This record gives sequence, C-alpha cells and structure tokens, in this order.
Amino acid sequence: MNPAYLFGVYQPGTTVLHRAWVGAKVGALAVFSLAVVLVRSMPASFGFLAIAVLAAAVARVDLRLLVRSLRPVLVVAVIFAALQWLLYGPVKAAETLVDLLALALAAIVVSSTTPVNAMLDALIRWIRPLRRVGVDPERVALTVGLAIQALPGTVALAIETRDAARARGVRHPRAFLSPFVIRVVARAHETGDALHARGIGDD
Amino acid sequence: MARIELDSASVTAPGADGDLTILEPTTRTLTEQRIGVIGANGSGKSTLVRLLNGLVSPSTGRVLVDGLDVARQGAAVRRRVGFCFTDPAAQLVMPTCVEDVELSLRRSVRDAGERRRRALEVLDRYGLAAQADLSVHSLSGGQRQLLALAGVLATGPSVLIADEPTTLLDLANTRRVADVLFGLEQQLVLVTHDLELVRRCERVLVVERARVRYDGPADAAVADYLSTVPG
Repeated sequence: MNPAYLFGVYQPGTTVLHRAWVGAKVGALAVFSLAVVLVRSMPASFGFLAIAVLAAAVARVDLRLLVRSLRPVLVVAVIFAALQWLLYGPVKAAETLVDLLALALAAIVVSSTTPVNAMLDALIRWIRPLRRVGVDPERVALTVGLAIQALPGTVALAIETRDAARARGVRHPRAFLSPFVIRVVARAHETGDALHARGIGDD
Repeated sequence: MARIELDSASVTAPGADGDLTILEPTTRTLTEQRIGVIGANGSGKSTLVRLLNGLVSPSTGRVLVDGLDVARQGAAVRRRVGFCFTDPAAQLVMPTCVEDVELSLRRSVRDAGERRRRALEVLDRYGLAAQADLSVHSLSGGQRQLLALAGVLATGPSVLIADEPTTLLDLANTRRVADVLFGLEQQLVLVTHDLELVRRCERVLVVERARVRYDGPADAAVADYLSTVPG
C-alpha cells in the first residue's frame, strides 16, 4: 500500500471545488463533520454519505485514488463497527460504518482539491492576528502541515519495520514497537535537520 | 566561488567517560568548485560538512562562509549554503513534488501564483516536470533524490553540500544525480563512498578517525584512502 494515499493527494483540476475558496472548503468540512457526529440516525448517515459521494463526483476525484485512500479507512471502520455490533447491535454498527466512510470521503475530497500550500497560506491568514501575542503564523502553519504530512511517512516506517520483523521470523510486539519508535524519532530528527538546512524556520 | 574557512574548528560530544572527539581541531580554506570528502563510516566526514551550514556547531574554533560566522549568522549562511542528505525521504515533507519545491520558495516568493510558476520551472530544469503533481511517495529513488536536490537548489544557494547523495541509488540513477551535481554552477562539497565519482573533484579531503589525514588532488587522495583500507 502506498501510504501517500491514506489522506488523498492533491489532484489538479478545474472543477467548482478546485476553484472554491480554501476557507469555505475547510469550514464546510468542519460543519459536515460536526453534523455527522451529532446527528444520530440511520437515514441521516446515508444522507451524509450521499452528500460526500456527490462532492467526490463533482470534484471528479480519481476513482483509483479514492479506492486506495478508502481501503485502510474501511478496515478501521469495520473494526469499529464490529465493536459497536457487540455492544449496541447491528443498527448502531451500520451507522458507525457509514458515518466513518462519509467523514473519510469528505476529507479526501478536500485534500484532493486543495494544495497543501494553499491550506498553509489560509491558515497563516487566519492566525495572523495572534502575532500580537507572540504567535508566529508561518511556524504554526508549517507545524500543522508537517504533522499531517508526517502521517503517511510514519505508516511507511511501520510497514517497513513490521516486514523486517517478519523477515526475521519474530512475532513479538516488542520486536516491532522498539525499532519502530526509534526509527520514528530518528526520522523526526532527520526531517528537522533537513528543514533547518533549507533555512525553513530561520525567519 | 565562496570562501569556506575552518579555523581550528572541532566537535566534541559528551560521552560516558568524558567528552568524545567527533572532529579534531581542523583548519582549512576551501575555495575550489568541486571538493570531495571521503573516508570510512564514522570517521567524521558528515560532521565536517555539517559544520559548513550550521547543522553542527563547532565546540572550539569557528567556521566562516564568505566571512559570515556559521554559529552566529546561521540564517544568512544557510541562504548561501544548501544541504542535500543521503535519504531523500526525510527531506521531502510535502505531498506532491511541486508543493515540496514551493515550500523551499515560501521565504523568498510571497505570491502563491508566482511561487508555483517558479517551482514548475525548477522541476523542469531537473527533468521532473512530468512528475510535478505526483505524490513524492510514488517517485523512484533516483527521482526522489533529484527532487530533494531541486528543493535545495530552488533557494539559489552559492554552495551545495551533498552528503552521500548516491549511496541509496542504482548505477543509472547514480550517474543521473552525479551529472546534475557536476553540471552545477555552484560550489559543490560532496561526501561520498563512490571513488569514481570523487575523482571528478578538484580537491579531496580524506577523513580518518576524526581528523583530515590527507588533503589534495583527487587521484592522490583516493590512493591515500585505499592505503588505509585493510585487505
């Protein structure tokens, strides 16, 4: 699995969603997510999923990208749904499954129609007033962007570490967790050095 | 060319039994366009070149680039000295190729449209125009290293330090990256284990056990290094 597809990658295009103001897209995603979480009913869940599918169609999100991005989400959603089934029954389980898919799909639509740099620019504009109280907007935006982008890289490290443990025939969780944590910390140091070397964060 | 001066610059690190010497006091002036650094693993090569753009601070002495003190004027030095690492995965922090180059340009180009245009120009220069909107994770090893180079060179440094940039690459990609490096107008400081590659440098430093044991023309430096390798 290519970890880059976990959260969708910007796909250039000219659809109305590509051209929409970043603030409107992020705001709509926030409102949509709140509605999905707060409104508890099966018809509403399917309604939210329909809205997300419609948005993906309007944005002309590449179907292969969509499938690749949704695959890991589906695995997690099925696990959560199974737990819900055990605790609350099949209706609640189906609702959870559909809600998680709707949320993931909406997030993929926003990330595949919005360049990360456009999101960073928007974030910088929004938090610029906080400069008066000592907040550096560029640095905050970069930190948020890096946190999001670090996730696929961390998943890739997890897969490599798991494969290395399997190759040695080791199944104990410690054989995976210890090297994984060490590699994540080492990668964080390397990335910090690389950003430092590019002069990012100097100003 | 830039003038890089190491003035009794040393690096130590705290160890269990007192300070460990990572690099003994080193005094050198580097003005050649192509400078190679070779030596065994753990000899101090990377520490030596990391001193040149402030990734490592000298414990004693000082390092100057065009008269700027790396320890005191780090930001100004980093605008002149770019650094490319062995593993491009740690350097590529944005989702797509064009966005990663744009990140390098954020400081110098405020307008988003102009930034994108410049980033696309940079990608085109290094043969990556077709990959502009692809995920950085979908690139081959060679393409990733070229993108990492493009991200550094986009900032317009006058010196490029490349720390084993071809170690993870196959032969074809090694040649491709090497051709880019040796085609640059910038001053190049290249750390490498590739003895063929280092022969293309005008001056080569051999580092062994935390000190520069030889400093001279490439062929003589390679011969000196080989004399230290057992077997």
